[in-house]
Amino acid sequence: MDLTIKIAGEAGQGLQSVGGLLSRLFARKGYHVFANQVVQSRVRGGHNWFAIRISDRPVHSPSFQTDILVALDKESSCHLKELKKDSVVIFDSRLAAFSFRQGRMLDVPMADLASKAGGNKLMINTVAASLVLGLLNFRPEDLFAFLRQSFGKKDEATGETNVRVAREGYDFAHKFDLGGRIADFSRPAGKPKMLVGGSEAVALGALAAGCQFISAYPMSPSTGIMTYLASKADSCHIVVEQSEDEIASINMALGASFAGVRAMTASSGGGFALMVEGLSLAGMIETPIVIVLAQRPAPATGLPTRTAQEDLLFAVHAGHGEFPRVVIAPKDIEGCFYATARAFNLADKYRIPVIVLTDQLLADSFATIDVLHPEEAVVRRYLMTEDELKQARDYKSFLLTRSGVSPRALPGNPYCFVTADSDEHDEYGRITEDLDRMRPRMVEKRNRRISGLLKELKPPSWHGSRNAKEILVGWGSTYGALKEAVDTLCADGVSIALVHFEDLWPLDCKHFGFLNKKRPAVVVENNFTGQFANLITRTTGIVMDRRISKYDGLPFTAREIVRAYRDLHKKGGRR
Amino acid sequence: MTRLEDLGNFETAWCPGCGNFGILDALKDALVKLDLDMHKTVLVSGIGQAAKEPQYLNCNFFNGLHGRAIPAATGIKLANKDLHVIVTSGDGDIYGEGGNHFIHAIRRNIDITVIVHDNQIYGLTKGQASPTSDPGFVTKVQPRGVINEPVHPLAMAIALGAGFVARSFSGDKGHLSSMIQQAVAFKGFSLVDVLQPCLTFNKKNNFAWYKQRIRPLPQDYDSHNKVWAFEKALQWGDTIPVGIIYRDGRSTYEDACGLMNEKSILSQTPDPAKLVEIFEEFF
Repeated sequence: MDLTIKIAGEAGQGLQSVGGLLSRLFARKGYHVFANQVVQSRVRGGHNWFAIRISDRPVHSPSFQTDILVALDKESSCHLKELKKDSVVIFDSRLAAFSFRQGRMLDVPMADLASKAGGNKLMINTVAASLVLGLLNFRPEDLFAFLRQSFGKKDEATGETNVRVAREGYDFAHKFDLGGRIADFSRPAGKPKMLVGGSEAVALGALAAGCQFISAYPMSPSTGIMTYLASKADSCHIVVEQSEDEIASINMALGASFAGVRAMTASSGGGFALMVEGLSLAGMIETPIVIVLAQRPAPATGLPTRTAQEDLLFAVHAGHGEFPRVVIAPKDIEGCFYATARAFNLADKYRIPVIVLTDQLLADSFATIDVLHPEEAVVRRYLMTEDELKQARDYKSFLLTRSGVSPRALPGNPYCFVTADSDEHDEYGRITEDLDRMRPRMVEKRNRRISGLLKELKPPSWHGSRNAKEILVGWGSTYGALKEAVDTLCADGVSIALVHFEDLWPLDCKHFGFLNKKRPAVVVENNFTGQFANLITRTTGIVMDRRISKYDGLPFTAREIVRAYRDLHKKGGRR
Repeated sequence: MTRLEDLGNFETAWCPGCGNFGILDALKDALVKLDLDMHKTVLVSGIGQAAKEPQYLNCNFFNGLHGRAIPAATGIKLANKDLHVIVTSGDGDIYGEGGNHFIHAIRRNIDITVIVHDNQIYGLTKGQASPTSDPGFVTKVQPRGVINEPVHPLAMAIALGAGFVARSFSGDKGHLSSMIQQAVAFKGFSLVDVLQPCLTFNKKNNFAWYKQRIRPLPQDYDSHNKVWAFEKALQWGDTIPVGIIYRDGRSTYEDACGLMNEKSILSQTPDPAKLVEIFEEFF
């Protein structure tokens, strides 16, 4: 079973509340849900949609087709091409009339139904949700309970009105003869699942890691992280400070980290660009920090509410001078939780900046998760103990060590002074221009940590047979679509597997043993220039000229990848 | 107990006779008189000749990026409110490159002290105009003289709601030490703008020039009067007033945010059980 419901309309019509409600209900019934939003960068008007994909198998990417379209505005006709013969279109000809006929057209007087039950215009949303659930034979009591719960005791009357409105919707849906049911959701598919948004998952990962400081400047699609953490400030003892700009964000976070709390910041490409000098400072003062870079299409302002994988090389290269950093791109929403939690441990262990590279697809999507395991995110601080501090008579903040990592003390301890200097410094952290001895040693010390990091980073994950004759290579959020594309191709008899990378920097040659002349590999990326393909070439010397690219601001669907793969084959492989 | 000799005696990279020496001496004097536990104190600076000051003290320090001392200090103080956080940097650093942070730090009212070595010149880059250079001041980059209106840091700070705004002179160690002591003791954002000659690049605003002009505030001056404060803050020319120009109390960010009333954020360990509770909200 694989069903997609799409709620389409203008910004401000409440698409998100219908979408959120439906997603949550299916998750509670134990179904796998992947919900993504496609919106324009505006507060009112325009054409937006919220797509909910429901399946009995895990799904991590949007589908190319729509089974039920709730069309709340005229522009919804742009979804015509996604409809199948038996798709259902729910609309209200009084609000938006359509000249096309495609699938099963269900004209519902939604506004009338809402007002008949004593509701207002806003409750069209409740009508829409109940119509969809009615058509799918979803237990009405579950919807009613949800409505009552969400309005709570504070607004019991509105809750009850919504229940009456929902009854009208159900009745209407039941009267309608579809000529065959779409799907039957009368029974649960399993135990209730969590429904988590990408930004929430990052924030939860940060909380699991014991993060206690975030300074950030609002920028789509990263803002949700700060917003969620602000709601937990009191209960989780976390300072959430909206800074005056991203330069302040990273410098504040570095200050907080220097003082000893786990600290992070989050932005998109433009804000990260402003942070770059601060990133280099983190490299120089060897102060841990986690930076979430939620990518969106650029250059410059680009498309604020759309998705892309355009900042990989930027994340890898950002910052003047030479210093190690880690770049991790989680593969799905669950991955956002673990990657963020792990980022804090890596940052502390090596005293480095760690960049968690997400994108709008992850940030603004919701997915079901069976259970999150905070125990996999055990907090390890790598700080000197009281006893070690007592014994360290001559503490050096930047002690030259074999691993390159200097033992870390925090300012405020009664035994030693702790320093940070953006100038080249000696082991005590004091400014130096000793070019003969100290400068080369410090450069080597800082960069020596890379060899430790290389051992730390995870190899790519495989989906499909290790003996497959062909390989699709991907990274980050394209995982869901790629995995499905591989399943589709394998079902068609193609011998193909997915090799997917989450840990992107530093890259280790040894993880590319799967590449050889006899086995063609295609790199699939949400960008134009093939940034990861180029990075692989740089690391391994192997030319990766089979590529599938997408750069229109929308995420890949599995079908697009399958088609692009077949086209590539027709052309003889190389683009 | 903090003794003068514990603060150390470092070789500096300053020119002989530099106004920075006077500021360092006064700061040491203030630290001793305040008897500040140096292990609980962090000096924060940006980049420039003035910003090297923390390097010449035995202390915890964060010598960060040019213009970014204040955000770093903000992060340090919010993470561990038990630390005394003192920013010491130049006019180019705080009022120029870091101008935006200066504005917003005052709005936040974090309990930090900002000491600005204000010599009206960029020294480390060898003599360009600073945001506080007088109009008409000639440099190699401004050969026809400075055109821009100077920043009026004290008036700006008062307008933004700073609770402690003072001016002093690097040539008067006693006065400057007293200003620093009161600024550090003040609860909230405190600014000490220090008039400081640059013997090498600013031939105009030298020791004699300042000595002729600086005047203590009148006996009956009421530093809580905002109108008087603006008048004194903007006074510049034949007479330059020094002292606590403005003083007012309002609640600090640390108190208002409600997260660290009892303990610093650093000493509050997150409770893993909370997370399990939070997960429940996602079902």
